[in-house]
Formats: sequence, C-alpha cells, structure tokens
Amino acid sequence: MKQVLRRTLGPFALASSVATFVMGYFVTPPDVVQGELARLVYIHPAQAWVALYLSFGAATIASALYLWTRTRSMVADRVAASAVEVATLFIGLTLLTGAIWGRPTWGVWWVWDARLTSTAVLGVLMLGYLALRRANDDPQVRAKRSAVFAILTAINIPIIHFSVMWWTTLHQGATVFTEDRQLKIHGSMAWTLLLSFIAFSLDFAWMVRARYRIADHEAAQRDSELDSALQARRTESAS
Amino acid sequence: MIRLILLVAQKDLRIERRSRVLLWQVAPFGLMTLLLCGLAVGPNASTQAKLAPGLFYIVVMLVALLVINRTSQVESSRGTATSVQILGIDPGAVFLGKALAMFIQLSIVGVALLAGTTVLLHVPLDAAFVTLPVLLLASATLSMAGVLYGRIAASSANAGTLLPALALPAFAPILIAGERSFSSLITAGPLARWVGLLGLASATYACVGVLLYGALEE
Repeated sequence: MKQVLRRTLGPFALASSVATFVMGYFVTPPDVVQGELARLVYIHPAQAWVALYLSFGAATIASALYLWTRTRSMVADRVAASAVEVATLFIGLTLLTGAIWGRPTWGVWWVWDARLTSTAVLGVLMLGYLALRRANDDPQVRAKRSAVFAILTAINIPIIHFSVMWWTTLHQGATVFTEDRQLKIHGSMAWTLLLSFIAFSLDFAWMVRARYRIADHEAAQRDSELDSALQARRTESAS
Repeated sequence: MIRLILLVAQKDLRIERRSRVLLWQVAPFGLMTLLLCGLAVGPNASTQAKLAPGLFYIVVMLVALLVINRTSQVESSRGTATSVQILGIDPGAVFLGKALAMFIQLSIVGVALLAGTTVLLHVPLDAAFVTLPVLLLASATLSMAGVLYGRIAASSANAGTLLPALALPAFAPILIAGERSFSSLITAGPLARWVGLLGLASATYACVGVLLYGALEE
C-alpha cells in the first residue's frame, strides 16, 4: 500500500494540477464583476489553505508528537521541518498572488489589512523557524527547540483566521465557509475551486515527502561521515 | 510551587540589583530611543501625540528584547542550567519565576517610558494614567513570551541576532493590542477587545510555558 502511494502521489499531484489549470483557464467563464482576474480564485485560496492550515497543521502535529516522549522520534522532527519549508514557500506564493489580485482591485500591491499583515508575520515566523534550525548543530537540541517554537507559532494561526472578522478590513470575505452557510460560487467555478484545493494539497504532500527524503539522506550522510571519522581515528591510534 | 516561583524570581532580581544593567543600560536606551522617535516624527505636537501610542509600544518591545537577552544570558551562564537540573526544581515554577522577575523589570522601565512619552510626545496625562493597567498586562504577556523565546534562542550560534528574528514577529499581536488600547484611551474608542486579546495571549503563553518549558530545559 505504502509502495503504491509512494509511486502514485507524484503523478496524481501533477495530473490534478494540470486539470486545475485547464479547468481554470479554458473551461470556467470569466466573472461578471472581476472578469478574467477572478481566475486567481483557483490558485490563491488553495495556496493559502496549504500555507496557513495544511502545512502548519502538519508541522504542529509533528512537533507535538516529537515533544511527547512516547512518540518522540527524528521522523516527526523531519516531517515538521519539511512541512515548514513547504509552508514558507506557499506563504510567499500566497502573498504574491494576493498582491497580483490586489493591484487592479484595490489599486495598490499591499494594504495594511489584518489578514495580509498576519500572513506576512507568519511568513517571517517561518523564516525564524528555519533560522533556528540552522543555528543549532546538535540534532536533539535543534529538534526540541524547533518543536516548541512551532507550537508557539501555532498560536498565531487562529489569530490569522479570525482577524478578518475581528478587525473587519479590506480583505475579501469567505467564499465557501460563509456565515450564512450560502455558497458564493457555483457550477464549473465551484468544482474547479474544489479541484484546486485537492491539487495543491497533493502538491504539498509530494513536496513534503521529497523534502523529507532529502533530510533523511542528509542525516544518513552525517552519520556515515561520523562513523568514518571515528574509524579513521581508531586506525590512527592503533598504528 | 509559589515558594519556588518567588525563589527563582528573587534570584533573577538579585542578579539585576547587583549588576544594575536595567538602571544604567536598559532604561537610558529606552529613553534615548523615545527621544530619537520624537526627532524622527518632527516638532509638531499634535503629530507626536497621534503617533505616541505606537512609538511607545515599539520602544517597549525593543527594551523587552534587551531584558530578554540579558535574562537568557544569565540563565545560559556556565553551570546555571545544570544546578537547576540537579536541584530538581519544577520547570513550570522556573518559567513562572523568571517571567515574574522579567515582568517586574519591564514594568519599572515601562512606567518610566510612559512618563517620558507623556512629557516628550504630549500624551494627555489622564490617558497615560488610565493606560497603566494595560501596560502592565502587555508587560506580563511580553515577559511570558520573552522567557520562552529567550530560552529557545539561548546557547544557539548567534543567539543575540536570532532572538529578535524569533521574538519580534510573535510580539506583533501584543504591539497591535497595546497600541490600539492606548489610542482608544486618547480618542475614546473601543477598548475591551484589545484588552481581551492581551489577556488571551497572556493566558495562552502562561499555559504553553508551564507545559513546555521543561522540554527546553532537558
């Protein structure tokens, strides 16, 4: 089963991404009000979902698993680190596509909107996480500190989610999970939006898996280098 | 537990009283930054008063960074962590004790900076006086968050530059809530939600700190 998943994840991610592009660019109609610009809805919300919820949710769960002594393993640490790296990329893409939408809609690339600002703050926190990992050489110390930092950062996620309601700013309201539970998107547009969420989620899974494998190889390489150095030292002292 | 918290806090405050870093380095830095803010904004009194809440909390954050850095340096000094581990003190108590000591230090500097803001940036005296409880709440939140971020950054390579990179983005909600509440007191705007946000952040950091500080001490 694992083998099948491993082999099919990449092709599925690619196929769903291509299908989202075809549906979003050729099949769905332009929006009545926003015209062609509305096609960004098939990229931006799905990127935000991966960046703010999926990636960071995975990183938080993996970090909590690492901190709980019964489930502590370097696998959890590597999954958390891989998810945060992917999250950082997707936060950057979310801000970029948001700015591309914001310029013609709001007239500026950036506004001090609560959700934008909070997303940017979270992006900087992610960079902090990556800096923290590079500042510690001991894998155990690095894993513990990174896990605590990831959980502390998770506190910011609800603030981001609810900020649009607390501060009532320029950002577009929810399209799917509206307060009155009425969808604001229909037909082929709704299906393409759903497909984009599936495609980006699969892309996320594939990227995390690839990054995890690299981290795994790096750790194996370090161990083997350490073993070689020890062996060389032993040989040196014996001769 | 309370005895342990007070013991740890006393230890940190005793070190501070002997070194006088807060008095001779941190407080003058804060006042100087406030002066520079006044210079950057210009001599117009109404502009200064309008920007004063934000500038005040920016200076408080910078001062907090210095205090956090100093506290984690003390904690990282040779043998300190080992002696705490040998004594078997509850990590939750260590966290709360350190946060209490930092809260006292930040509150003292915060009050001095508030007085400076009132004089230099022309904030109405009654608004400055009423904002004092909010400042104390913000200081408590900063202290608890600061102890955690300070410990995370401690003993890393380049801890001094790593700490601002980790802590400042996380302090953003405290800055917003503090600035908004201070501005609300000047312009008679809504205050409750910002105080609520600070209270929520404070309670969250307290719970997370008590639960996770032990993992950082291991």
